[in-house]
Amino acid sequence: MDVLIQQLFNGLTLGSVYSLVALGLTLVYGILHIPNFAHGALYMVGGYITLTMMTQAGLNYWIAIVVSCVVVGGLAVLMERLVFHPLRHAPAIHDKIAAIGIMLFLEALVQFVWGADYQTMTSPYGQVVNFAGVTLTMQRLLIIVATVVVMALLYFFLKKTFTGATIIAMSQNREGANLVGINTNRVAMLTFLISGALAAIAVSLAAPINLVFPGMGHLVLTKAFVIIILGGMGSIPGAIMGGYILGFTESLGATYISNDYKDLIAFVLLVLILTIKPNGLFPAKGGH
Amino acid sequence: MASIFKQRNVIAILILFAIVFPFITNNNYLIHIMTLAFIWMIAVYGLNLLAGYTGYLSLAHAGFFAIGAYSLSLLTTKAELNYWLAFVLALIITSILGLLVGLISLRTKEHFFAIYTMCVGYIIYLIIDKWDSLTGGIRGLIGIPGPGNIGPITFTTPVSNYYLVLSFLLLSILVMYRIVHSLTGRTFIAIRNSEDLAQTIGINTMTNKLLVFVISTFFAGLAGALYASFIRFIGPDIGYITITFDILTYLIVGGIGTLSGPVIGTILIVWVSQQLQFLQDYRMMIFGPILTLLVIFYPRGISGGFIEWKMKRQAKKHQKQNKNQNQQMISTQESSAASNKNG
Repeated sequence: MDVLIQQLFNGLTLGSVYSLVALGLTLVYGILHIPNFAHGALYMVGGYITLTMMTQAGLNYWIAIVVSCVVVGGLAVLMERLVFHPLRHAPAIHDKIAAIGIMLFLEALVQFVWGADYQTMTSPYGQVVNFAGVTLTMQRLLIIVATVVVMALLYFFLKKTFTGATIIAMSQNREGANLVGINTNRVAMLTFLISGALAAIAVSLAAPINLVFPGMGHLVLTKAFVIIILGGMGSIPGAIMGGYILGFTESLGATYISNDYKDLIAFVLLVLILTIKPNGLFPAKGGH
Repeated sequence: MASIFKQRNVIAILILFAIVFPFITNNNYLIHIMTLAFIWMIAVYGLNLLAGYTGYLSLAHAGFFAIGAYSLSLLTTKAELNYWLAFVLALIITSILGLLVGLISLRTKEHFFAIYTMCVGYIIYLIIDKWDSLTGGIRGLIGIPGPGNIGPITFTTPVSNYYLVLSFLLLSILVMYRIVHSLTGRTFIAIRNSEDLAQTIGINTMTNKLLVFVISTFFAGLAGALYASFIRFIGPDIGYITITFDILTYLIVGGIGTLSGPVIGTILIVWVSQQLQFLQDYRMMIFGPILTLLVIFYPRGISGGFIEWKMKRQAKKHQKQNKNQNQQMISTQESSAASNKNG
């Protein structure tokens, strides 16, 4: 029983991180209908920025996260301006390849600057606490709480503010949003900014319990794709739900099925879903 | 007519150059690099037919490359089959797996297809990496035999290996040429341009897509099998997604959806990589942005860009000729009118 509770808790931690990454991906998909293959690279860059800010600049963990959000968010906006905006009328295959090009560039750049070694990030929240018979580190607790806070903030931003409403409007109908006077370029940039910041937050929270290395974005990206297909491409609640579902499935699968093949679970899940429903579980409404 | 002869001449010169290349250089290292480049070209042609001509970007290509390589290696080292028998079996295994994956994955479209195949690629990689008892896991397989003898011909020297791979490459290009210029090839292009329209005019899109997917995996498997027996040891890395991205880079730089693209792109990048050897791990710092810039400004790569330029020039020439003719006509009319007046 203890093992089960422990694993459920781990699943919650894992799911929180997945949800944050998937949220960024799904927001961008909702706005521009492109799968951003460079999102995993943004996640990785965020990890390195936070790490460097803490070790080299000696900044506080939280300030390092803010710096990381700004840098990665800026990088994402730059990407939108320089690459995805010029390609908005191109065939679907082009923006995928362009995103892959950015991803390859960022990975090589990071490897050039920081080296290919695996690095550890020490967080100030390494204490172990006992809670209801489960042993857990403060960092894991922090991940869960911080994720909920970020999601709540995002929800209020999207639902209660005017700027947030423009994002929703544009994801519903680009031409329509344009007609009522929404500056779609600005909204697209804003969405990329949020998406990059979410990736930076996710990696800064998750890195202390994992490792930081140039290839760290690959698996996360692929799993985030699995999640947004699971939850419906472009759907925000879907991304959150999907993230937690995958987190629980993985942590339980690792204990009760096989630890070696735990990464396979997500992909097998996706293959099964797309085999039965080729357009995802919740096909997007409208005619794109 | 003249341009056809020109094109033929260029191709003949290139083939001739490839044949005499080992005699010009004598440098075994260069021959090794060229052989490897030829192997990659075969894989790139496979992806080209699928992504370039049919419009379906498969990110599982390295996975099938690895399946070809591992099938050959396991059949020769563990089952100890005759090399060429194992070679043929490896191709059959890859194609059958390609058929199975294609049957399911081709029901999806565009983004879903790319994501789906990316996941399939990961599954193949993870299975190879984790299935220790069969594939040797992360240590990989060693002691893979080189190509077996064909009658009196042996393939023990680098030069003989070079010719073997070259002949496979030329055969692949010939097959690709025949496919692309056949009705089937036209069908693939029709599917790329508009799948709905293709279906409307009575093309069975699923059968055709399945066909192109299997052909594509067949060539990936062929390249993989050649790779395994050329390098003689393989690890799970050859099935990782970075290999797919490498192949994709060769294709985009050369020209996606063109016949000469794979050759140009692969040779160019392999050659530049050799020159920039100090960059080894960081070469993507250069090729990554090139990939992105090409897609934005020259979506059809070097080869496609050249063809476009040539066509534009021809069109201009044509226009000029037309203009001259018109002017001549006008002037003759005028002069005849003038002579009429005079008369």
